[in-house]
Amino acid sequence: MSSNDIVLALVIITGLSFDFTNGFHDTANAMATSIATRALSPRIAVGLSAALNLVGAFLSLSVAATIASGLVETGLVTLTVVFAGLAGAIIWNLITWFFGIPSSSSHALIGGVIGSMLAAAGSHAVKWQGLVSKVIIPAVLSPFIAALVAATGTYLVYRIARSMRERARGDAFRIGQIGSASLVSLAHGTNDAQKTMGIITLALIANGTLAAGASTPVWVIVICALTIAGGTYAGGWRVIRTLGKGLVEIESPQGFAAESSSAAVILLSTHFGYSLSTTQVATGSILGCGLGKKGADVRWNVAGRMATAWILTLPSAGVMGAISYYIADGIGGTAGIVVVLLLLIAFSTVIYLRSRATKVDPENVNSEWTGTVAPPEAATEAA
Amino acid sequence: MNSWIDLRAVWEIVVVGLLCGAGLPALFAIGMRALGSHKKGQLVAAGSDDLVGGNPAGIAFAVLCFAIILAAVGFAIYIIVISGHPK
Repeated sequence: MSSNDIVLALVIITGLSFDFTNGFHDTANAMATSIATRALSPRIAVGLSAALNLVGAFLSLSVAATIASGLVETGLVTLTVVFAGLAGAIIWNLITWFFGIPSSSSHALIGGVIGSMLAAAGSHAVKWQGLVSKVIIPAVLSPFIAALVAATGTYLVYRIARSMRERARGDAFRIGQIGSASLVSLAHGTNDAQKTMGIITLALIANGTLAAGASTPVWVIVICALTIAGGTYAGGWRVIRTLGKGLVEIESPQGFAAESSSAAVILLSTHFGYSLSTTQVATGSILGCGLGKKGADVRWNVAGRMATAWILTLPSAGVMGAISYYIADGIGGTAGIVVVLLLLIAFSTVIYLRSRATKVDPENVNSEWTGTVAPPEAATEAA
Repeated sequence: MNSWIDLRAVWEIVVVGLLCGAGLPALFAIGMRALGSHKKGQLVAAGSDDLVGGNPAGIAFAVLCFAIILAAVGFAIYIIVISGHPK
């Protein structure tokens, strides 16, 4: 095994680690509302979502490999650039997960890769117009589109169902929620699993293992699909809690309308080739289902924190990616990559251990929202 | 289409999104309401929370609504699969 192969293997492992964070960071997009309204028990929800993500990953291959082309000069991409970009994305995903903020994993990945590319080759290696037209403008638009669709759906559903008895109505829309949340999970698999497949394919091309323009090998598809499903099953309980309990108090008709809106908008954006972030669409939909119901409260301070995190995601992941590149490149060779990987593992361990102190799990995920990601101990016992 | 913003795609996503993302849930609500409807004059026990009422026409109409929704979802998945595996 040459040192290049070792580096390639480390890059693939890092890519799969990112895929795993992508999975648990985004479980909330599909399942937060179903868990909040108890349409599904927390463990069944993550299991269902994981299975559908797995299926979804095999359904479509249209998004794979598009993440880098159009944003950076692919000819200048090296294994170290890909590795440092992934490291930056993982760090930012872990930070936002710790604070329970549903930020876009795609933006973290794009930010990380652009940051390490800038550090490696300078600003001419980045296609700035592509970044603005394919990433930044869609990011600004997607929450508004999703909120509009979800608010309209919520308004219509409540108007139509107002003559139904409350309990029958709750039951009826909990059934609907299971269907629409399943569709969001499937759509998530078709979208997000592709991104890591694209990055690993890029690494294989950069290493010369694959010819430029080659399609994604089957083994890459299979391990990426399994990894994102595993991440989904792990369940990002902190983010689920913020989206399901923190942003809006959700009833089942609202959850149903929100997930239907997310499913429709995500699938349409895939179909029309206008890639929108699943996270931003899902958050916009949940916000919209609060706006569409009279008397529902949207916690704007929570929404504001999310919006701030979204604005910070690209530059922050970029800075982390650039720092990772400087360290890896400064030390040089395989040793540089191993050092950054060890730092990454150390950082992940610290974040994980700190998260244990303010734990959110299937037992307390639905506790009353008191303004913090982790419910206070007393509330946990009461719930 | 200008080079910064793909207005056509945005427009299509908004219109079709409203149709599918808000229209289909509305249809589901219509179906559920029809499913729970009762025949005129039918005596309903106080506090009955049954999902299914006793009205055959209502049930038939509900089944039609749900069939349209399932067909739309099936069609959407079909489109994603065939456009996702270009040959």
